[in-house]
Amino acid sequence: MALDKATVARIAALARIKLPPSEQEPLARELSAILGWIEQLGEVDTAGIEPMSSGAALRLPMREDEITDGDCRDKILVNAPAAERGFFTVPKVVE
Amino acid sequence: MAALTDLTIAEARDGLAARKFSARELAEAHIAAMVRARPLNAYLVETPERALAMAAASDARIARGEALPMDGMPLAIKDLFCTEGVLTTAGSRILAGFAPPYESTVTGKLWQAGAVMLGKVNMDEFAMGSSNATCAHGAVENPWRRPGDNRPLVPGGSSGGSAAAVAARAAIAATGTDTGGSIRQPASFCGIVGMKPTYGRCSRWGIVAFASSLDQAGPMTRSVRDAAIMLKAMAGHDPKDSTSAPLPVPDFEAALTGEIKGLRIGIPREYRIEGMPAEIEALWQRGIDWIKAAGAEPIEISLKLTKYALPAYYIIAPAEASSNLARYDGVRFGLRVPGQSLDEMYENTRAEGFGPEVRRRILIGTYVLSAGYYDAYYLKAQQVRTLIARDFAAAFERCDALLTPTAPSAAFALGEKQDDPIAMYLNDVFTVPVNLAGLPGISVPAGLSAEGLPLGLQVIGRAFDEATVLRVGGVIESAAGFAARPALPPGDG
Repeated sequence: MALDKATVARIAALARIKLPPSEQEPLARELSAILGWIEQLGEVDTAGIEPMSSGAALRLPMREDEITDGDCRDKILVNAPAAERGFFTVPKVVE
Repeated sequence: MAALTDLTIAEARDGLAARKFSARELAEAHIAAMVRARPLNAYLVETPERALAMAAASDARIARGEALPMDGMPLAIKDLFCTEGVLTTAGSRILAGFAPPYESTVTGKLWQAGAVMLGKVNMDEFAMGSSNATCAHGAVENPWRRPGDNRPLVPGGSSGGSAAAVAARAAIAATGTDTGGSIRQPASFCGIVGMKPTYGRCSRWGIVAFASSLDQAGPMTRSVRDAAIMLKAMAGHDPKDSTSAPLPVPDFEAALTGEIKGLRIGIPREYRIEGMPAEIEALWQRGIDWIKAAGAEPIEISLKLTKYALPAYYIIAPAEASSNLARYDGVRFGLRVPGQSLDEMYENTRAEGFGPEVRRRILIGTYVLSAGYYDAYYLKAQQVRTLIARDFAAAFERCDALLTPTAPSAAFALGEKQDDPIAMYLNDVFTVPVNLAGLPGISVPAGLSAEGLPLGLQVIGRAFDEATVLRVGGVIESAAGFAARPALPPGDG
């Protein structure tokens, strides 16, 4: 299936990646080629087949819902691009 | 005595035990080799002081007669593993400056087993690539050259820095991770051993996530025995990774009996792909002859969905990646590029922080997961994955392991295949199905191409039967007697 420029712009917006208009066309071509190649999966009859969503055949383990970590605020903030008074900071979101 | 940097883990262990040299001397030799290997661009961060301090601790334990299984072994760590206080960037600009406040489970286990950290090694950005050309910190060079041709070759990927460092004797071994072939293909390209364990054998905790249902850490070494020793130190259940298997870790080294008499080894007919170079086919046939000579029985089997593994992978892996990489938003760590609004800050940060291949995969993943396409792409791929896993399960009812080539070619030149993503993806045609099915696989160097470059053979096993994979791999290794050395570093004489 061929992707058009508008679709590429839409998925880039969904993925929160800024895409200059000049890159939409080449990227639409590249992604269309990849998706075209992927579409050979349509040849496989998968009617009634369970999807496989994990690499492990294990049951996910259960555990008590309890706090196992904490008291490390400063250690976490050390890598923040911007932090103030013990918080991560971001551009203003409320007018 | 051989140069300290030529030793395998097993040989160095014996030498340390016999007090022929100290862990400090072993570390110093490898630090010097790491510095000499700088032109390869394999190491991103060198940690020589840490290496010497760890080696001193090893020497003290050895002196007390309390040597640990990996004591004194100088390792290169793929930059995907979080290392406490040491830069971890996953080969990406978006993690620029990130020094994790914690240690990954696998590296933590290696240090607890006495291993010594030399530094962090380069990789394709977020492990997405098969040539190490997508590294944000520049491409890695393969230490091998075509004889009479000095053009740089790719080391394979994504664990290309790991493979190049081990092949160039700038580390005794390295950690790698394998999502679709990222340990086995670079091992094949660089003439070393690379093992992807069963999904769940090693904890993924603290490894920067690419595709969580496929990612698995493993050892990259210069011998099968070393892979067995190192895997034992890396493996084991971890409550912090709910997909890590609560199973005991066998003594893999004890499995290397060299005895494969009576084993049935499956030869999948669909792996004879169109356009496969004759020399790969010939190498594979030699491998079949070797296991036959060792008393095993090769039997032809069918993995009929082989050709659909790559397209299924290129839905599943990007879908999981688009979700995993959503966390890189310029708020908590790494790069931030300012914007007028919060959304614009996210968009600017991610546009500047991610390279073209990562961006491509995030967009594909976002598309196949988006409303209206989920069933047609993502669900379909997961159903095909079920059928691929069933194919392997049926094969393993008839045989104990499978033997295949690792990659459809030897290392290629830097710059080749860069403009065609699908041509690049085809590198992983023999390795990707193994990840989809969650099985263990090993690449063992088995010969040289007509151009004089290493080629590997792959052994695939049942889930959690790494022991048989290693045992068969060991027989291939002995029969092949691979002794060729890369052009770099130049030999001593």
